[in-house]
Amino acid sequence: MSMEMKNAQGIDPSVIPRSLESNDLSREDHCIRVRNLNLYYGKAQALKDVNMDIARKRVTAFIGPSGCGKSTLLRCFNRMNDLVGSVRIEGSIELDGEEINAKSVQVAQLRQRVGMVFQKPNPFPKSIYENVAYGLRLQGVKSRRTLDDIIEKALRGAALWDEVKDRLHDNALGISGGQQQRLVIARAIAVEPEVLLLDEPASALDPISTLKIEELIDELKDKYTIVIVTHNMQQAARVSDFTAFMYLGKLIEYDATNKIFTNPAEKMTEDYVTGRYG
Amino acid sequence: MRNDMKSWWRSGAPWIWLNAAAVSASLAMVIGLLGLIAYNGLGHFWPHAVWAIEYNAADGSGTQHLIGEITDEEVTSVERMRHAGAQLPENIGEDLDRYLLKTGNRDVSGLDFRWILQPLIVERLRPHDLVVFERTEWGNFYGFIKNIKQDGVIVSEGNAAWLELQARLEKIDEVRGQIRHLEKGEIGAINYRIEQLRLERRRLELEGRDTPERLAQLDSERQVLQTQFGHLRKELDAKYQAISGDSVTMAVMNRQEVEVPLAKIVRAYRPNDMGALQKAGFYLSKLWEFVSADPREANTEGGIFPAIFGTVIMVMLMSVIVTPFGVVAAVYLREYARQGPLTRLIRIAVNNLAGVPSIVYGVFGLGFFVYFLGGNIDQLFYPEALPAPTFGTPGLMWASLTLALLTLPVVIVATEEGLARIPSSIREGSLALGATKAETLWRTVLPMASPAMMTGLILAVARAAGEVAPLMLVGVVKLAPSLPLDGNPPFVHLDRKFMHLGFHIYDVGFQSPNVEAARPLVYATALLLVVVILVLNMAAIAIRNRLRERYRELEQ
Repeated sequence: MSMEMKNAQGIDPSVIPRSLESNDLSREDHCIRVRNLNLYYGKAQALKDVNMDIARKRVTAFIGPSGCGKSTLLRCFNRMNDLVGSVRIEGSIELDGEEINAKSVQVAQLRQRVGMVFQKPNPFPKSIYENVAYGLRLQGVKSRRTLDDIIEKALRGAALWDEVKDRLHDNALGISGGQQQRLVIARAIAVEPEVLLLDEPASALDPISTLKIEELIDELKDKYTIVIVTHNMQQAARVSDFTAFMYLGKLIEYDATNKIFTNPAEKMTEDYVTGRYG
Repeated sequence: MRNDMKSWWRSGAPWIWLNAAAVSASLAMVIGLLGLIAYNGLGHFWPHAVWAIEYNAADGSGTQHLIGEITDEEVTSVERMRHAGAQLPENIGEDLDRYLLKTGNRDVSGLDFRWILQPLIVERLRPHDLVVFERTEWGNFYGFIKNIKQDGVIVSEGNAAWLELQARLEKIDEVRGQIRHLEKGEIGAINYRIEQLRLERRRLELEGRDTPERLAQLDSERQVLQTQFGHLRKELDAKYQAISGDSVTMAVMNRQEVEVPLAKIVRAYRPNDMGALQKAGFYLSKLWEFVSADPREANTEGGIFPAIFGTVIMVMLMSVIVTPFGVVAAVYLREYARQGPLTRLIRIAVNNLAGVPSIVYGVFGLGFFVYFLGGNIDQLFYPEALPAPTFGTPGLMWASLTLALLTLPVVIVATEEGLARIPSSIREGSLALGATKAETLWRTVLPMASPAMMTGLILAVARAAGEVAPLMLVGVVKLAPSLPLDGNPPFVHLDRKFMHLGFHIYDVGFQSPNVEAARPLVYATALLLVVVILVLNMAAIAIRNRLRERYRELEQ
């Protein structure tokens, strides 16, 4: 299948640049290592024998049709699935070589290292300032000056500072949805995580806000390992270095983004990215 | 035409009319209820005209001179009156008016209300010099002033006597204030301390630590108090002596003369001589007395301040107990307990608790709190006072606890609903930032659920403030000698019995020796109870609205 045909499916070749030689998984430093991961909700198996390595300080996108397990996999990385009572996990997930499902791991500390942003913006009903300070206060940061500094840095990091600097103490629910989502990202990066998990962060936003979030992701990957779940293939193509395609709980194909979108090894991947189903 | 009717029917207009009518009916009922209570209750304090009536006695025994206020009138049949033995003139038709005359002077005539028949009235007048006394006992007194005596000697007569009376009453009132201060304040405090010393001594004996030095010390302390008491007693006697000499001679009904000691007069006024402004002033002072003074004469006169105070403090204490208790229980049920058949069963049980008749809670409170808990507390902590119980008897604390139990389901259910309404995205957001479940609860979930908790509290307060039946078993009394809050350490006396507006209504209305005199007070007290509940609720609603403003995401 030629490249032109795929372009006909709406993928703009100009957003698939990224130097091809750098996107070789085996040469990357691996931040998260997943081995033989099986996950069950009660009797239903949601993830089937997943093996993957997530590259440090790169953007990794999970794509796949609804219900394929991409969000479930993402939520394994900060053990958000623990909140679901009937869940059972087999296999191993290592963060920097450390098993995160081990008994000795404290979930709260893990989640400080692995931040998460959700589909719908979920700021707390507090001031903008207090939203960003939330994670810091949990860590026991009390000094006003330290808080001010970190909050400004986080808001600048989330490209929100200029828009809200004059109303830091206004209620966070009063700003727009796109701003709220960036605020939530600022809140997540204020605690300086290693990994940032983004669960369809732009799906509830308008196109301009989406663009801003995507630009932000591009900036953030210098400092953080980013894993993003998205329904929007153009978005995956635009922002990610690596893409994993999942289907019915299985990891079908996982490779450099340009390879997935231009020359996938699997027929199913090709069908999905060209829009034949999904 | 048919079509019009059909389209009108289909438009839903009749349905809207029906709803509006239902709302109007409810509104009319509420307003009517409050209006009736307010009219009957508030009218009582207005100084009504006092009549001097020349009256042919219904039994034909001759002419009487009656004095009194007309408090009620009704139409009745001549036939019935004749049947009851009234000697009525011929040709007065089928019906006649009869009036309920409040003649007061219960100590003179034995009765203070009587019905008089309109056709038998020869003449009725409103003399300006007719005087009404409110007395510390025996109810109102009506009559004309003859003279004023001091130690049996006439000091003033005729017109001057009224001014003299007022001057003397003013002085007596001042002295009476001092007496009250001495009795309730200083002597009360000394008595309290002497009782504490007695208990202290008994405690030492029980614990075997009654060394002679210690006992001597207690005795000397007691001696000091006794001397102080002696001085105060003397002062008090002197004051009583000072006001006991004066008296006023009054001409009452049927030209009798009666001597009334001034010390027994609380207030003297001439209603027929008052202008509208004076009457208004009098009205306000009576109203103020009603809400601020202690009751007199088996609660049928004076004020109801202790009952207001008791109601409010009991409700507040109940709120302080029920809120944390209910919230903690709801948090456990909703956040921590594994949802399953057991939690469902507990929820059903909690909901059913709300339906248990309140008197049952009263019985439980009496059996468990008062006798079991209170009895054991007395054994453990207050053995020196036994056999007189301290907490092993109905009291403020047990009443508050019983009502807290009664209102617990409301708080639990409301809080649970509030917790359930908090979106899981907010919890996940907090957890994803590295908060533990407890931190998430304290920092985010509970503050956001606080308006719901307040809603629960509002419902609880509304229910508790109006509850009477269980309170009769666990701490409310007809007349409490002292407030549960005073200047004697430990200042808050949770073991004391207290008065309550709801019970007061029942007591005044049904247990009073003088039903006619008490009836307006029943209405006035009911009105006040409504006002107190309203104020308590408004306070809680104001707090809730402030909280809602802060966490308004839930309202979106």
